Amino acid sequence: MKVPFSWLKEYVDIDISAQELEKKLFGCGFEVEELIDLSAQINKVVVGIIKECTPIEGTHLHICKVDCGKYGNDLQIACGAPNVYVGMHAPAALVGATLPGLDEPLKAKPLRGVDSFGMLCSGEELGLNDDLFPGSEVYGLLDLPKETEAGTDICKVVGLDDYIFDISVTANRPDCQSVLGMAREVAAILGKEVKMPSLDYTVSGDIDFKADITVEAPDICPRYIGHTVHDVTFAQSPAWMRRYLALCGIRGISNIVDITNFIMLELGQPMHAFDLDLLDEKRIVVRRATEGEKITTLDEKEFTLTPNNLVICDGKKPVALAGVMGGINSGINENTKNLLFESAKFTRDNIRKTARSLGQNTDASSFYEKGISEYTTELAIKRALHLIQELGCGRIAPEGCDVSAGAPREGKRFDVKISDIESILGIAVPAADIIRILRSLCFEVAENGDILNVTAPRWREDIEIGTPDIAEEVIREYGYEHVTPTFLKDAAVTGGGLTPDQQLRGKMKSVMCALGCYEVSTLGFYSDAELDLTRIAPDSPERNVIRLINPISANLTIMRPILAPSLLNVVVSNIKRGNFDGRIFELSNIYVPKQLPVTELPDEIPHLGFAAFGEGEDFFTLKGIAEGIADAFGLTFEYERAKNAPYLHPGISADILCNGVKIGSFGKLANEVLGTLDLVKDSRDSFNIFLGEIDYKAMSALFPAAMRYKPISENPTVIRDLALVTDESTLCGDIVNEIKAACSFVRGAELFDIYRGGQVAAGKKSMAFKIEFVPEDKALSQDDINGFVENILARLKEKLGIEIR
Amino acid sequence: MEELIKKLGEQLDASLANIRGKEELSDFWQEFFGKKGKIADLMKNLGKVSKEERPAVGKIINEFKESAEAKYRELEKKLDAAELERRNREETIDITLPAKKQPKGSLHPITITKNEMINVFAGMGFEIFEGPEIEDDDHNFTRLNVAKNHPARDMQDTFYVAEDIILRTHTSPGQIRVMDAKKPPIKVLVPGRVFRSDSDATHSPMFHQMEGLVVDKHITLCDLQGMLDKFVQNIFGENVKTRLRPSYFPFTEPSVEVDVSCFECGGKGCGLCKHTGWIEVLGGGIVHRNVLANCGIDPEEYSGLAFGIGIERIAMLKYGINNISLLFENDLRFLRQFRD
Repeated sequence: MKVPFSWLKEYVDIDISAQELEKKLFGCGFEVEELIDLSAQINKVVVGIIKECTPIEGTHLHICKVDCGKYGNDLQIACGAPNVYVGMHAPAALVGATLPGLDEPLKAKPLRGVDSFGMLCSGEELGLNDDLFPGSEVYGLLDLPKETEAGTDICKVVGLDDYIFDISVTANRPDCQSVLGMAREVAAILGKEVKMPSLDYTVSGDIDFKADITVEAPDICPRYIGHTVHDVTFAQSPAWMRRYLALCGIRGISNIVDITNFIMLELGQPMHAFDLDLLDEKRIVVRRATEGEKITTLDEKEFTLTPNNLVICDGKKPVALAGVMGGINSGINENTKNLLFESAKFTRDNIRKTARSLGQNTDASSFYEKGISEYTTELAIKRALHLIQELGCGRIAPEGCDVSAGAPREGKRFDVKISDIESILGIAVPAADIIRILRSLCFEVAENGDILNVTAPRWREDIEIGTPDIAEEVIREYGYEHVTPTFLKDAAVTGGGLTPDQQLRGKMKSVMCALGCYEVSTLGFYSDAELDLTRIAPDSPERNVIRLINPISANLTIMRPILAPSLLNVVVSNIKRGNFDGRIFELSNIYVPKQLPVTELPDEIPHLGFAAFGEGEDFFTLKGIAEGIADAFGLTFEYERAKNAPYLHPGISADILCNGVKIGSFGKLANEVLGTLDLVKDSRDSFNIFLGEIDYKAMSALFPAAMRYKPISENPTVIRDLALVTDESTLCGDIVNEIKAACSFVRGAELFDIYRGGQVAAGKKSMAFKIEFVPEDKALSQDDINGFVENILARLKEKLGIEIR
Repeated sequence: MEELIKKLGEQLDASLANIRGKEELSDFWQEFFGKKGKIADLMKNLGKVSKEERPAVGKIINEFKESAEAKYRELEKKLDAAELERRNREETIDITLPAKKQPKGSLHPITITKNEMINVFAGMGFEIFEGPEIEDDDHNFTRLNVAKNHPARDMQDTFYVAEDIILRTHTSPGQIRVMDAKKPPIKVLVPGRVFRSDSDATHSPMFHQMEGLVVDKHITLCDLQGMLDKFVQNIFGENVKTRLRPSYFPFTEPSVEVDVSCFECGGKGCGLCKHTGWIEVLGGGIVHRNVLANCGIDPEEYSGLAFGIGIERIAMLKYGINNISLLFENDLRFLRQFRD
């Protein structure tokens, strides 16, 4: 919110600099996002009095002698402005001056061969307009008042020796969304009184009219005050009012409109002025709109309404969209003779919903959304009538109409124990300071022993629960630097740390790192298109996805049912950036609805996704990672050709089974998917992409209970190599299984070579296995081993038709 | 006999002098010390010596044999050493050839930072709780003192999946879930992913927070600051301290914004702290009485402190990362810089 320094000073005697005030506001909870120095871009520009003014023949230029006071009383400056005259007071930029439109400081340079030691300026060149300083928009030099003295800094003369505080106000303090609201805080900080704006006015007893107002929806319009002004005369509002509005970014329009805008900024209360004579039956009815009812607002937009929208109507039709904008059919205009001022409180969520649903966000709606106190509503109508009188632009009816839903007209009262404040803050603030601070913030305080009877100001609707609110008010003014750190001095000792499940997930990540993978962090949502890419059938359970009702973009619409698309995104984006190989993993949730549409919290299931891509990676990289995982957690994995993983290559993919339960799959990215990726095949084999995904929750359920040590045999392990000739189609896994089945002493049977060629028949391959025999209670002799090998060979021949080579 | 020994001695020395390798040495052994070797021959001659002379001659032969053997051993040692030296020389490699690739991987910087933060608080006796990422309105807002029409709902742009079911906008609903399940004393940390409808250089629609909650008797603002001092000193270094300043959160009263003194310049002012000497790191406060009461904890008996830390914020400060999207792009050139 923008607050001009000069406007603040209307209500508080501020005897510190803008910079010091900025620091103090920060300490009290008001961060000044920007302190704008209006004179920042203007330097060495002073009041100059034109003493001589001679036209230069054949040009539109004049050569002037200018009195710039202490900067030289006879400066020669060439000037092209048509309105220059002897005796004129005009802004004179001296050599070295800076101006908003100049890229570098002004230099002395000849103009059409005439030496010129400066520049006479227009209002526009100073960044002014008519609202900021009257006369600024004339074509030519800014004609300054004659009482200005030569050599005076121009910023002081035109009101640019000022600052604007752009203040960030927290959501609990809508009362500070106004100049007066901030002035109250500043007064408390400085220990000064607030000078309240004048509210008095005199009515014209001869006017025989009283506003007629009916509120049919008091639940969303708890207060509506209307008061009429008659025989209105339209004019420009005074310079001081237009300047304040302009500093806050609002252009002056006419006295009446400017009064409503001025009050909105000064008090934080949006106001509206209706042309009384355009109101049917000259009355106001506040009600919910009927379904399909239409209104055209001042900006000529037509809206179709529902009963969720609040409308202000006359005797027949809607004349304003409450809290948002007036209707085009009832607004004041140059022909308006009599008007009705509206100062009302509408509930903030109703205005918010209306503004959002209609896409019509206005200054007024933004004030209402933040919240307005009825105190302000009362203040605003009086202030409006006062300004009508001060500006002399109308006659005020003797009576207005004030419709209230009956909210109390007193501030909330609390009994606060001083010791309770200490027990929240942890430090003892002296009672005298507590009372001083509360009073400076306009709380009424009566002392009653250790108890303070506190009444909050009516505008402080954020003070709700008493002691903690009061403690906060006290400490933010007393200063947080008084808090002395203690380390949970009275708290009980507690046991802390990770649960076993959390520790295991940490271990899972460490294991993946040890297997050469980098952890990635992807968003929990992606798009339908990304799920479609996986070719998962429309009737698969993975297609039951949770949809965001209000996604931030078309790419982030569904809560992911599997990790694979997230990881594939990471792989593809890395390849596109020239990272042609890598291994990655993520242990993160997928989301499974219990029903659709969602009516209760869905299941969130941790999945482990992993991927390897680039030269040198293959199916067995991922199989190695799977084996590494199994080994790290004491599991045994079995592998079968993958079913139901349509995003994987049908011949280069596997399901992982653990204790007979499928817990995941991995394999090469399907050619069909690869073809749809926006990748250029390059020499580094960037199409070599492998993905894996394990249901971590299902896997962790199979983790063995506490690990127990097994005695190791005192007898040595014996190793035998066997070269076997098999059919080309025989699977390695089947051979290993048969070897193990043939002999209970076999602990491992590991393939170490495959040979195809001259030494073996066509359609056959030779596979060499290293077989490990582990003895139990007695050592294994050569004869024992020979016997085992015979059994193995016999079984292999019988089951798989395998011969020894 | 002595003559014979002397001659044999000369012969032996001459043979030794010609030996260049282990094979020749082995031949030499056979020639002199073998069963049919020259020294054995000498022993056979001993029979021909008279009985009286035999002990003396035997002694001479023995002495000769011992000295010959010593010479042999010495040469053998020398040859072994030479052989070893040759072998070492031949086996010598170019140690500047590239190393064999070992698998390398690392945790994501968010995880590294999160783990560090958890370690600090676990040491203070905090348990770690993780709540659901898809939450109901009740836990995420209502019971945290954010009523339906509360302006704070506008502060957070919420993703909805159903009318009353949303993606949690903060880890604070963890407070409610913990206090429903457990009565004081409570010290709990709730790390997790949160979601807001916001995306630019400093915002990601998903990010990570860590909520902290302590509920016990006599918990004060001083305790909040003392505990957070310890936290920031662990994360940013011994010499930093915190500063509290007023703020607003619906679920704490009083509410504070917590700044840490700039660890880059020591508070003198630099680019990192935008020349203020302080860096905003987290928000917190004294748990609102309504929140305690909403969980069946008597606010007259117990009080609490709570804080919420953006994990990305801490990671970005620690590692000097200036754009949050780097943390979610997962570029391996970025990820490979981290070690943990």
